[in-house]
Amino acid sequence: MTLKILAVDDSFTMRGLLEQALHEAGFDVDLAEDGQHGLERLPESDPDVVITDINMPRLDGFGFIEAVRADRKHRGLPILVLTTESAETLKDRARKAGATGWIVKPFDEEKLVAAIRRVAAREI
Amino acid sequence: MTNRESLKAGFFQECEDLLETMSDSLARVELDAADHDAVNALFRAVHSIKGGAGAFGLDALVTFSHAFENLLDDIREDRVAARGEVMQLLYRAGDRMHDLVESEQNEQDPTQWQQQDGEHAALLDAISEACARTGHDDTGSEQAAEEGFVPMPLAIEMPGLPALDAPADDDSSGGHDGDDRWRITFKPLKSLYVLGNDPLPLIRALSTLCPLDVKADLSGLPPLGEMTWDEAYLSWEITPGDDCSAEEIREIFEFVVDDCVLELDRGNAQTPDRPSEKENPSEQIQASPATEALVVQAPGDAATSRGVRGASGQQAPRQSIRVDLDRVDRLINLVGELVISEAMLSQSLSEGGKFRDPAVEGALGQLKQLASELQERIMAIRAQSVKSLFQRMSRIVREAGHATGKEVRLVTDGEATEVDKTVIERLADPLTHMLRNAIDHGIETPETRRVAGKSPQGMVRMTAGHRSGQVIMEIADDGGGIDCDAVLSRAIERGLVSPEASLTTQEIYNLLFEPGFSTAQNVSNLSGRGVGMDVVRSEIQSLGGRVSIDSTLGQGTTVTISLPLTLAVVEGMLVEVAGETLVVPSSALRETMRAEAGMIHRLGPCDLVLSMRGTLIPVFDLGASIGERKMPLDINGMPVLMVETAAGMMIALTVDRILGQREVVIKGLSENYGLVRGIAAATVLGDGRIALIVDVDQLAQNAGIALEDSAARLTA
Repeated sequence: MTLKILAVDDSFTMRGLLEQALHEAGFDVDLAEDGQHGLERLPESDPDVVITDINMPRLDGFGFIEAVRADRKHRGLPILVLTTESAETLKDRARKAGATGWIVKPFDEEKLVAAIRRVAAREI
Repeated sequence: MTNRESLKAGFFQECEDLLETMSDSLARVELDAADHDAVNALFRAVHSIKGGAGAFGLDALVTFSHAFENLLDDIREDRVAARGEVMQLLYRAGDRMHDLVESEQNEQDPTQWQQQDGEHAALLDAISEACARTGHDDTGSEQAAEEGFVPMPLAIEMPGLPALDAPADDDSSGGHDGDDRWRITFKPLKSLYVLGNDPLPLIRALSTLCPLDVKADLSGLPPLGEMTWDEAYLSWEITPGDDCSAEEIREIFEFVVDDCVLELDRGNAQTPDRPSEKENPSEQIQASPATEALVVQAPGDAATSRGVRGASGQQAPRQSIRVDLDRVDRLINLVGELVISEAMLSQSLSEGGKFRDPAVEGALGQLKQLASELQERIMAIRAQSVKSLFQRMSRIVREAGHATGKEVRLVTDGEATEVDKTVIERLADPLTHMLRNAIDHGIETPETRRVAGKSPQGMVRMTAGHRSGQVIMEIADDGGGIDCDAVLSRAIERGLVSPEASLTTQEIYNLLFEPGFSTAQNVSNLSGRGVGMDVVRSEIQSLGGRVSIDSTLGQGTTVTISLPLTLAVVEGMLVEVAGETLVVPSSALRETMRAEAGMIHRLGPCDLVLSMRGTLIPVFDLGASIGERKMPLDINGMPVLMVETAAGMMIALTVDRILGQREVVIKGLSENYGLVRGIAAATVLGDGRIALIVDVDQLAQNAGIALEDSAARLTA
C-alpha cells in the first residue's frame, strides 16, 4: 500500500508542483483548494499525511489544523505545514494549532520526502 | 511541453488571476484603508505569486514580492496605514508586479532592465523605507525565503567538547572510532504524540542515514493498572554509526525538539538538550482537547462568511484550462451552422404541414431551445469581463495624472460586463487613448479647478454595461468640456470645413474624429503620440461599434462607445430588394417608415431627399446602391430605413419589403471574395438561401461620392 498524502493549497501552481513531486516519490495524492475544502476532503481521502499551506482563503492553515485536531479521530494524523514564512514565528503558531512539522517553500523533492518520512507512521 | 513547463505556464495563468485579485483588493483598500479582508486578499495574492516564483526560480519576482509582502504585512498588522503616500506606493508596487510577471513570462531577463531602470531600485527602497519606519525586521525572513529554511540552533552546552553547530569539527571527529560516536537519548513527551509525531518514523528516518543500534528503555513503564493512555513512558537509547553528523541528527529531530528530551553525547559527556524539561507538558496538550473544537469552529465560520461577503477573488480559486482560440472559433462556427440547419428544418417542416404532428413539434421546439442555448453558452466562452481592461486603465490614469501633474481619480462601474475577448483586446488601445485625452485635454490643473470652484482632484468615470443588445462603454470626465468655437476655428484652419459652414454642436464634436485634427495647442508627450481620435473611431468601427461625444462646457466630456455583444452574430433587419434578401445591421438603424408623397423632394434629375422633422435626408435605393437595379423614380409608398453612419450622417434607404428583425450568424466573405464595398459579410437564412449583410458606412461613402458627382453636374 502506498502512502496517501492530502495536499491543501490555494495556489493552482503549488498544487501542481506538489502533486508532481509526490507522485514521482511514489505517493498517492489528493488535493484540496483551501482549508475548508481540505476538511471536506479529509474523510474520503483518509490520508497518511496532510500537507497544508497557511495563507488560504475561507479557512487558513492554522484554522484547518485546529479543526482537524479537534476531531478525536485525527489526533495522531501527521500534518506538515507548507510555508515560505520565517520558520521561527510560524513554528510557534503552527505548533499551537497542532502542526506536526513544516516544509519550507520552495521545497525540493528530497526535503519533501524526508519530511514525510519523519512523520509517516507507515513505512515508505 | 514537459510537465514542469506546463506547470510553469499554469503558474503564469494563475498569476493573471492573482494580479487581478491584487488590483481588485488595492482598489478596495484605497476606498477603505481598514478593510482587513481586502488587505488579506492582497497579501495572499502577493504571497502566492512569491511562492510560485520561488518554485520556478524567478528570483527577481521573489525578491520584489517579498519586499511588497513585508509592507503588506505591516499594513495587515496595523503598523502602517494604507493612506496617502503608502497607497501610492502600493499601487506602484502592484504595477511593478505586473511588469515583473510579464517580463518573466516573456522570458526577458528582468534583472537586465532593473539595472538600467533606477525606478525599480527606488521603488524597492521606498518600500523597505515604508517598512523600516515601523522597524520591520526584514533580514530574518528574507533569509528564510531565499535559503529555504533557517535551521533552529540548538543551544547545547558542551564543556570541553566541540560545539554541536560546528560541522567542521563533527566531520573531522566523525572518522574516529566507537568511543567518539554520538549517543542519543530520546525521551518523547506526550506533546510529541499530540502533535502527530511518532518515535517510529523518526528512528526509521535516522536509520536511513546510517546503521543504528537502538535500545528501548522500558524502565519508565508503570504497572498496567497505573498506565494512562495518553502519557508517554518510553525512551530510547540510540547509537548511530560513525558517519552520522550532529547536523543530520538534529535535522531528523527538527520537528520534535520542543516535545522531547533529546540528549546528544559523545563519549561520556552529558549534554542535555535545552528547553524540554522546563516546559510543562500539560500546557502542550491544550492544543487539542475537545473543548477547543467550539473555539476552532468559530474562526472557520467567520472566515467563510467573510469570503462570501467580500468581493470576487475571495472564494475558492477558480480553475481554468487554456484552449486555443481557433478551436473555440471553429466551435462557434459549427454551432452557427447548427442553428441555421435547425431553422431550415423547422421551416421546411412547417411548409410541409408536418407541424400538426405534436411529437414533431415538441421535439423541434426542444431542438431549437437546445441549439440556442448551446450558441449562447459557446459565445460566453469567448466573453470576458471588462474588469481586466478596466484595471489596466487605472494604471494609465495614474501614469497620465503623474505625467501631467494633475490629480485624477478613476471611478469604474460595471466591471462585470462581459464582452467578446477579441473586442476587449482591441479596445485597449482606443480606451488608453481616450483616457489620456480626457486627462490631458479634459481635466484641468488643480489650480484651475480650484478657481472654477471644483475639487482639485479631477475624476474620470469609466462605465460599462449592456443596453438593448449592445455593450455600452462610457468615459466621462469632469473637466473643462469641449470648446466648440475653438474646435470649429481649428477645423477651419485645417481646412476640414469651410468657414461658411453652419454646423450643429454634434457635428462640431464629430470633427474631433476627423483625421488630422488635434485640438491640443501644443502636442504634449502624453496624448500626442501619433494616434488621433480618428484612429480611435476607425478601430471602434472595425469592431462593428460606434463612438460619439457629448460635452458641457465647464462641466466635462463624455465619450460613449457602443459595441456589438459578439463579433459572430449580428442583429439585423431583413429586407427584400429586387428579389434579393439583404440584412441591414440594427446597430445603424434609427427608424423605419413609409415614404409619403409630401416628404419626397426631387433634387436634380435623379436624386431625392426626404424632409423629416425639418431636416433633409438624402435618399438612396438599397437595390441601386449594390448595383441590382437603377434608382426607382417613384418611391412613394416604399418602405424606408433611416440609418445613421458612424460619422453621424443620416441617410434613407429605400427597399421593396421589410421582412423582419432577427439575429444572423456572420459568415465572412473576404476570404473568398476579397473586400466587397458596401457589403460587410453574408449569412445563411433559415431556408438555406444566402443573404448579404450591408455595410452602411461604406454605402454612405459610395453614395457620398455619387452625391458630389451629381452636385458637380448641377453646378456645371
